[in-house]
Amino acid sequence: MTTLLTPDVGTRAVARINPVAKLAAAAILGVTLVISLDWVSAVIALGCELVLLPFAGVGARRLLVRTTPVLVAAMLAGLTILLYGRASGDVHLQWLFVTISDGSISLAIATTLRVLAIALPAVILFITVDPTALADGLSQVLHLPSRFVIGALGGMRLVGLFVEDWRSLELARRARGIADRGRLRRFAGQAFALLVLSIRRGSMLATAMEARGFGAAGQRTWARESRLGWQDALLVTIALVIAAIAVTVSVLVGSWAPVLA
Amino acid sequence: MTAAVEAKGWAWRHAGRSSWAVRGLDLRVEAGERVLLLGASGAGKSTLLRALAGVLGGEDEGESEGTLLIDGSAAERARGRVGLVLQDPESQVVLARVGDDVAFGCENLGVPRNEIWRRVGAALEAVGLDLPLNQPTSALSGGQKQRLALAGVLAMRPGLVLLDEPTANLDPDGVIEVRDAVADVTAATGATLIVVEHRVDIWWQLVDRVIVLEPGGGVLADGTPGEILAGQGAALAASGVWVPGHPPALPARNARVGGTLLHIEQLAIGRGVPVQHDLEMSIAAGSCLAVSGANGSGKSTLGLTIGGLLAPIAGVVDAAGLATGLGHDPFRWKSRQLVTRIGSVFQDPEHQFVAPTVRAELEVGAKAIGLPDVAARVDPLLERLRLTGLADVNPFTLSGGEKRRLSVATALVTRPPLLILDEPTFGQDCRTWAELAALFAELLDGGSAIVAITHDQLLVEAIADSELRMPVPTAVSAA
Repeated sequence: MTTLLTPDVGTRAVARINPVAKLAAAAILGVTLVISLDWVSAVIALGCELVLLPFAGVGARRLLVRTTPVLVAAMLAGLTILLYGRASGDVHLQWLFVTISDGSISLAIATTLRVLAIALPAVILFITVDPTALADGLSQVLHLPSRFVIGALGGMRLVGLFVEDWRSLELARRARGIADRGRLRRFAGQAFALLVLSIRRGSMLATAMEARGFGAAGQRTWARESRLGWQDALLVTIALVIAAIAVTVSVLVGSWAPVLA
Repeated sequence: MTAAVEAKGWAWRHAGRSSWAVRGLDLRVEAGERVLLLGASGAGKSTLLRALAGVLGGEDEGESEGTLLIDGSAAERARGRVGLVLQDPESQVVLARVGDDVAFGCENLGVPRNEIWRRVGAALEAVGLDLPLNQPTSALSGGQKQRLALAGVLAMRPGLVLLDEPTANLDPDGVIEVRDAVADVTAATGATLIVVEHRVDIWWQLVDRVIVLEPGGGVLADGTPGEILAGQGAALAASGVWVPGHPPALPARNARVGGTLLHIEQLAIGRGVPVQHDLEMSIAAGSCLAVSGANGSGKSTLGLTIGGLLAPIAGVVDAAGLATGLGHDPFRWKSRQLVTRIGSVFQDPEHQFVAPTVRAELEVGAKAIGLPDVAARVDPLLERLRLTGLADVNPFTLSGGEKRRLSVATALVTRPPLLILDEPTFGQDCRTWAELAALFAELLDGGSAIVAITHDQLLVEAIADSELRMPVPTAVSAA
């Protein structure tokens, strides 16, 4: 059974990779691709990623559902640049603020590819992350303060309850005779009620956690060990190699265009 | 291993309050004793348990006097020696999986990893939770969640186990599950046990000592269950404790049934996914229909659907007897048309509160339907439900019983002929219970109809004319 907090991460090698390594890999690709605006580096990175996709252990259907928002966002970003991007070269169409030129066409393609190249690995790596394992990794591998990490993890469980609360609040307002008018005011009131309920739930959870010794003085131990292994090194290496190839080829063909230059 | 408790002139006052929650408490509980802690609402029972568990907080949270010792050392330094299980199953689950949740306390205490998992297995076995360690905690029932909380406490190997109304939010099966788990655990570990609960009969056989706290400070009575029952039984029952042999008075009913107000045909209900099909029932003026069934069988969903709040998935809700000029489907009525015809009282009163004071809360309905004299409608209702003295108080700060009375009152303001009550007596003390039962009987005798969704067999006996038992749900949802 899967829930928001206990996702089915699969049994493939990817599922066993430490979430911290996934975080690092996504960051390496993201930072590298943000630096330049050219389409060559984006195409190469995206191509490498697509080749690796079958190894992610994510079913085609799930992949499609989860990446649809990214595909849409990439298209929209491209479209915006196409219509409103800085004009250069031949101008093909001009109407009010819209100018489509050679320059805006190539920039639009580059942007679409870039958004895909950055977002695709991030989405793939994160739908295979278990929040509990991520918290373990952040605390044990990166040594972030466990008070915050575990506190946030405990708090995440309440999100599902808030959704339930919101639905009940909405029905309750109809039952009280005040759901016909003043939509905006009602929304504000309902949001405030949810805030009150969530603070209440949060403080009860905090009491329950404290009663189980959370925040007590002394060294905490970890029931689940989180450490980096060869799979993690491999993933980060792959990310570094993809980034290096993309930049190198782009520089060699002369299309490398750093944003800050 | 097992711990003794000693209070000497102990007192606590919450920050910002003028009165003391507990004062002048002198008490000694020997190691291994099993104590039921009683007292009227506001006698400081929960405060004492939280202090013993070391979670009352420091000087920012309040002010203390005297000493509270566990095995001779200050209670706030005894964290880990003491395990506390609270009332609400939802807010005690910390982590997403069963095994991880039980391990949480051990991790905080710095128990080595191998030892943690040994303890987790033993604790789950002790509370009778035979579940895989990676089972999502969100899929557990209320009774299972409370047993999980108990296992989490147990894995810490506490010398003192504190239970603060652990069964108040559970259905009857859940109550028995938790009680039996506690009995097994205390027998096996010999840990000292202190339980706070209104429903005394659950624990009566298990405890060997009963302590009654006096509101405002001190101990009112202290002895074996037999002694307390003989000496204090009637007084405790009057203060709201459910005492064996002192049931609340059941109201008289005159059964004068009028015409049909609402009926359903081949109704399928659910939120998106159907949980029940082909439900049939009808409700007549002056009668009470009780709806019962296991958790998750769609009782509340049925209440929302016939109450015009959720659309039926299939079939018909026909409220011809209430429509007076409108269509027969209550889901199509406007909100302000609904409140003069069907009043819905939710299981959690807090979901229905929309105003800053008790009085304003009652005025909401009266104003929504455009009554000319709001006070003439609201004042008698405040009086009838003993809320007059609380008229200017914020609804969220009321006690559990007061909140329940207010949420019922908000539905009564617009005088709907049909009331739908979802677990109206859940977790209520004996006194509030008797008041609510009397009120419902009065409404029924006045010609109103009530649909009561309830696990409370005593309420069914007291007011119900017929009972609808929900079948086992058609599709058990993943939630």
